[in-house]
Amino acid sequence: MSETASHAVWQRRMLLAVLLTPALLWLFALIILPHVELALLSFRERIAPHTYAPSLMQYRTFFAEPLYWGVFVRTAIMSALATALTLLVAFPVAWIIAKVARGRASSLLFVLCLIPFWVSETVRALGWLILLRESGVLPTLLVRLGITAVPVELLYHDATILIGLVYTSLLFMVVPLVSSLESLDNSLIEAAYNLGAKGPAILRQIVIPHAAPGITSGCIVVFMLTLGNYLTPNLLGGKNSQWFTELIYTQFIVRFNWEQGAAFGFLLLALSTGMVAIGLRISGQRFVDVMRRA
Amino acid sequence: MSSTPDLSVEQVDKRFADHVAVDRLSFAVERGSFFSILGPSGCGKTTLLRMIAGFTLPDSGDIRIGGRSMREVAPNRRPVNMVFQHLALFPMMSVGDNVAFGLARRGVDKAERSRRAAAMLERVGLAGAAHKRVEELSGGQRQRVAIARSLVLEPTLLLLDEPLGALDLKLREHMKIELKQLQAAFGTTFVYITHDQSEALVLSDHVAVMNRGRFEQIGTPQQLYYEPATAFVAGFVGANNRIAGRAVGVDAELVELVTPQGWIVRARRSGAITAGDEVAAFVRPEVASIELDAAQLAPQMARYAGEVQSVLFDGANSAVLIVEQQSRFEFRVALPQTGRLANLAPGAQVAFGFDPQRAICFAAGAAGSGHV
Repeated sequence: MSETASHAVWQRRMLLAVLLTPALLWLFALIILPHVELALLSFRERIAPHTYAPSLMQYRTFFAEPLYWGVFVRTAIMSALATALTLLVAFPVAWIIAKVARGRASSLLFVLCLIPFWVSETVRALGWLILLRESGVLPTLLVRLGITAVPVELLYHDATILIGLVYTSLLFMVVPLVSSLESLDNSLIEAAYNLGAKGPAILRQIVIPHAAPGITSGCIVVFMLTLGNYLTPNLLGGKNSQWFTELIYTQFIVRFNWEQGAAFGFLLLALSTGMVAIGLRISGQRFVDVMRRA
Repeated sequence: MSSTPDLSVEQVDKRFADHVAVDRLSFAVERGSFFSILGPSGCGKTTLLRMIAGFTLPDSGDIRIGGRSMREVAPNRRPVNMVFQHLALFPMMSVGDNVAFGLARRGVDKAERSRRAAAMLERVGLAGAAHKRVEELSGGQRQRVAIARSLVLEPTLLLLDEPLGALDLKLREHMKIELKQLQAAFGTTFVYITHDQSEALVLSDHVAVMNRGRFEQIGTPQQLYYEPATAFVAGFVGANNRIAGRAVGVDAELVELVTPQGWIVRARRSGAITAGDEVAAFVRPEVASIELDAAQLAPQMARYAGEVQSVLFDGANSAVLIVEQQSRFEFRVALPQTGRLANLAPGAQVAFGFDPQRAICFAAGAAGSGHV
């Protein structure tokens, strides 16, 4: 009796192990292993050809060089701004999908949000280039309409980068928002209305508290994606973009300074972790609850 | 008591694409009374309630609350509060904040708000619960919070949308009594909708029976029970034996009808019936009697013989299903409470009967008698 029971337990454990293996392998080979390697790299210094010594020099360089931490801070602020803008744009969209549109219209709107993701990010960024470059569609149109005398360059501004980032991130905000708004019982809104509340009070007191986990999870995902984005800031911002991922790229690929690049990578990881922690603290959410919503 | 009614609905009409939800309805509700609208699902009662609350606009007609027309008044400005079917308490707020929500929207300052919310919670028997979370409360307590949240605003009218529907039977019975006591204590006019006839009968001063967007009858619970105006009311309110057939003899008081299987029954006439009409007679199980010996039935009763098909024991609501001997008609008779016939078994030969004056007969073609 107990033998068959222990056999069943053993079988269940084996099954669990088999099912978890791919995930664990992935976690180990692609996440943990490179990070250990990067950590080792970031804490050493080349003192002679092929000779390395443990050192904090890579991190010291970062803080000593205003360009580096300037770009670092700029990336953080721009990412936070892009996240906030994405939330502002995505919220009405999600509200319409979840609460206003019915049946097919609702699915159709959702698909419309998804369609841009059928093409690669590069193609999407190229689309913006075609629209916004000096000889592109929009500047030409502005001249035709007599609004500007000569074609203006609309690329390579911070606003352009922000537009591109919001566009790229929209879906990742809309999805958790829709799911959290869909679970909001309409009768709560009606009850608030019945008790004398007006639109803004209902939004502040009922809708936002209910959607808070969805809002937080959307913000976390969008912030992380934006912070680590390379292509969109680079293509739309050009030389002016000054995105931190570009510095990492330069260190690894252009300058072959893997030690410095590894240190930058860790700083970016620390930044995103720190910002997420602050965001959770401010919104009073727990990470596990939030990720369940995402 | 000639004051303006708290609620007066005048010629209100609401149509949706494929059906009429509310059909030219007019009625008034006296100040301080408990008024129920009773009807099967889909009869239009929820649409009616939502029009009174302002969530749905009538196609035509007017709704007056406290004498004032609500035609141009948004739902958040009406002197009406509503207890929702699933209560719709705000889970993101404490119990106290739920009750104070409406006061905050009116700009009452914070100290006064929490004082009034606490006082209201005390009145509904939840003193000291203000700081609790909604999930910590039992179903019955939540019910009271929902009512407190509405009544703290001192509305002219409190609307209740089947608030007991989600509760289990025991709690529902308990909350029925509690609701009636709360209404008596506050004196606020309650408009209550339900599909449960027992709730309507127990709670209300007046009940309107609604069917297909119209009121079949408005009256006290006793009137609905003892003097149903239509076949629909007779079939919907309380248990009833429905005996359908053709009228063969009609006099000033009684109708004699014969069922397709040839059972001849007499019942009091309600409305115009002439011989040859399709009719339906209704006999309540407690109006009929059952005896082992036909001689023991009261002399004014029509007597029939039958066989016990099954005994439906349900305490005070126990009944016997009897099959009438010649027509095989299945007839329900209440079991006497004395326990005299407690050992009745299926297959027993019995006599049963009822006083034709206490049975009621309607023309089958009459409005609303389509399905019972």
